[in-house]
Amino acid sequence: MREGLKKNTVNEIQAHFDGEILADEREGQAGFLVAPDRLLDLATVARDKLGYDYLSSLTGVDYLPEEKMEVVYHLYRSQGGPALVVKTQTPRENPRVPSLVALYPGADFQEREAWDLLGIHFEGHPNLKRILMWEGFQGHPLRKDWHEPYFEEEQKPFKSRWPEGNIIRIEDHVPHHKNVQYPEDFSAETWTPEGDAGLYAGLARVPENAGGNGRPLQTDRIVVNLGPQHPSTHGVFRMVVTLDGETIVDLQPVMGYLHRNHEKIAERNTYIMNMPFTDRLDYICSMSNNLGYALAVEKLMGIEVPERAEYIRVMMAELTRIVNHLWAIGFLLNDLGAFFTPALYAINERELILDVFEAVSGSRMMCNYLRFGGLARDLPDDVFETVKELVMERLPRKVKELDLYITSNEIVRARGIGVGVLTREQALAYSAAGPILRASGVAYDVRRAEPYSIYERFDFDVAVRYNGDVYDRYMIRIDEIWQSLKILEQVIRDIPRGEIQTGKSPYQVRVPAGDAYGRVENPKGELGFYVVSDGKPNPWRYHVRAPSFINLTALGEMCKGQKIADVVAVLGSIDIVLGETDR
Amino acid sequence: MVGEGLVKGLCVTLKHFIGTYIDDIRWLGRRYYRDDALQIRQSPKARGIFTVQYPEEKLPVPEAFRYIPFLIYEVAEDGTMEDRCTSCGICAKVCPPQCIWIERSNDPETGRPIPAPTNFYIDIDICMNCGLCAEFCPFDAIKMDHDYELASYKRVENHIFDKTRLSRPVDYYRSIRPSDYALEEAARAEKEAAKAARRRGGSS
Repeated sequence: MREGLKKNTVNEIQAHFDGEILADEREGQAGFLVAPDRLLDLATVARDKLGYDYLSSLTGVDYLPEEKMEVVYHLYRSQGGPALVVKTQTPRENPRVPSLVALYPGADFQEREAWDLLGIHFEGHPNLKRILMWEGFQGHPLRKDWHEPYFEEEQKPFKSRWPEGNIIRIEDHVPHHKNVQYPEDFSAETWTPEGDAGLYAGLARVPENAGGNGRPLQTDRIVVNLGPQHPSTHGVFRMVVTLDGETIVDLQPVMGYLHRNHEKIAERNTYIMNMPFTDRLDYICSMSNNLGYALAVEKLMGIEVPERAEYIRVMMAELTRIVNHLWAIGFLLNDLGAFFTPALYAINERELILDVFEAVSGSRMMCNYLRFGGLARDLPDDVFETVKELVMERLPRKVKELDLYITSNEIVRARGIGVGVLTREQALAYSAAGPILRASGVAYDVRRAEPYSIYERFDFDVAVRYNGDVYDRYMIRIDEIWQSLKILEQVIRDIPRGEIQTGKSPYQVRVPAGDAYGRVENPKGELGFYVVSDGKPNPWRYHVRAPSFINLTALGEMCKGQKIADVVAVLGSIDIVLGETDR
Repeated sequence: MVGEGLVKGLCVTLKHFIGTYIDDIRWLGRRYYRDDALQIRQSPKARGIFTVQYPEEKLPVPEAFRYIPFLIYEVAEDGTMEDRCTSCGICAKVCPPQCIWIERSNDPETGRPIPAPTNFYIDIDICMNCGLCAEFCPFDAIKMDHDYELASYKRVENHIFDKTRLSRPVDYYRSIRPSDYALEEAARAEKEAAKAARRRGGSS
């Protein structure tokens, strides 16, 4: 069926373009190759005629040996189904590609990221400047010829470790000692971040007809920095807000304070080494991060996972969803000013689930539990009993209690209903994912739209709410916990005994050349891993489509016209984790 | 009615508040500082307050728990210590943050590598406790520890563990991971038996 769908799209697209657009026929690669000047045409046809209305992922790949930069787009239909993968190539020197922001506003931050890290210039982008690195940074760190401070070798394992491992502290003995590069004429004393001045200037523009009666209105606008110190306990994140009185005129998120160039690290690593690094993306949901990465690499390797391992994977992913939603609800209430009592009630049960994670994987949060083709350890019987007890008794009781505690609370309703509204059309256009998308009335869930693992076996509903406000984003999390519990009950009922790993898991896997996009419905939204292999032990490209990052694209839109006090509530309702946002 | 939701919520808080006292009364002063009470307080049967009075009370860690690796040595009958490690370097090659450094030396007479490592270092500031080294070691020579209280004042002096600091007897391993140990020993015995059978078959 999948082949059929693919062929259909191929025919439709080639009919539109008269054979101008070719399928990508490099080894193991999928999708269409299109010249940059036809990209906008193709995207318009895909969106308006073929119904690919959701831009999931946009990223660049640096093909250094071929002196080319490639931009890869993953488009989906909001009714579900496989991806339309579009690739466009441009010379590596001065790479220029038309911007898709006008068609898919959700491309905004992703294009900025590709510019920042790879130096791909998106023509027509309204605000193309650095997003993760600081404004004065020199170079584009994801380029293959860029070397980080304390650079040792292009690829791990490093030769100095064995067999002549005379330990050194890396910061003392590397050729590129402190190789931070500064722009010419840089002086720390006199430098003011140009980007910041631009940021404020762009925000302070008063529209000509602001008065509404033809005369310009004489009001002062105030720019307020919320953050970067934990504006609302979520992490180091900053929001530059322009206010007219107490009303928000514009809001720009500023991020990157926790940036560690996760993708560069991953491209130095071997495949298996990346597994524990994915734990550190969204550190609340490490189990399901593992799942997304494992799926991408398993797709490339073409290996199957044993039944029991699949069931345990689903069990862990759903427990993770419960953990995350309990956390999100608790801390949303924190943001609303109900300081810590609701949060601690909510995360009480999280503790018990983390004990389960610890007993199966060895760590509460950095689980590192999945392997390609299976799992690291089997699920012990006593832990299974604990899970059963939790799912059958304790967790339903907790969710009921939270429901009683919060849902009808007048203050929560007053602060939530009608606040931070994102309409259905906006949610799709901004590539919002997960609870944000579904609270706006789009019943899109990767578990249903393009089932992975064994999700097609389970009976569950895709939770959906229609108002798209803070209150609905709270409610949808309660709904989703109920659905997760429903899935867990089926997992507990059906889980078989047997193997948990296909073959022996070697310490260095062989991954055939090609590309794969593995995506899972993470608690915060669609988490995607785009992996390009060139057949060597290390991935050539590894990109994370981080839901927390892309969901923030719509933050400004949600906050406009709201009061300043609502910003924190709206941010809390998006539920971001900075480990994943900044990567 | 306006305020109904608030009152309901306050009732939940009140229930939690009273619940803690009820649980205290139920345990009659034996709720804290006792291992059996702690076990129940941290299980799905727990009621009342969840907090643990660390460091007076410590949560027991599950067998799978992993923290900084250690090296296993066997103690022979005559008291000599023999490393299980053969310095094959797989742990150093699979280590994601590359914090393992192994020094292997050659026999001065034959010029061939000596199997046991001359030295073995782990930079515990860099170790991310992922456990891949222990998972992929073919000789069961490196395992993850349970001891997590490693804070010290001197980073430079104390945070690079050398072979002496890393080595632990096999008995220690058995004490912290009894079921893993049993499984590995069974597998080893089976292998030995198969080898012996083959040898017998070959000689006869």
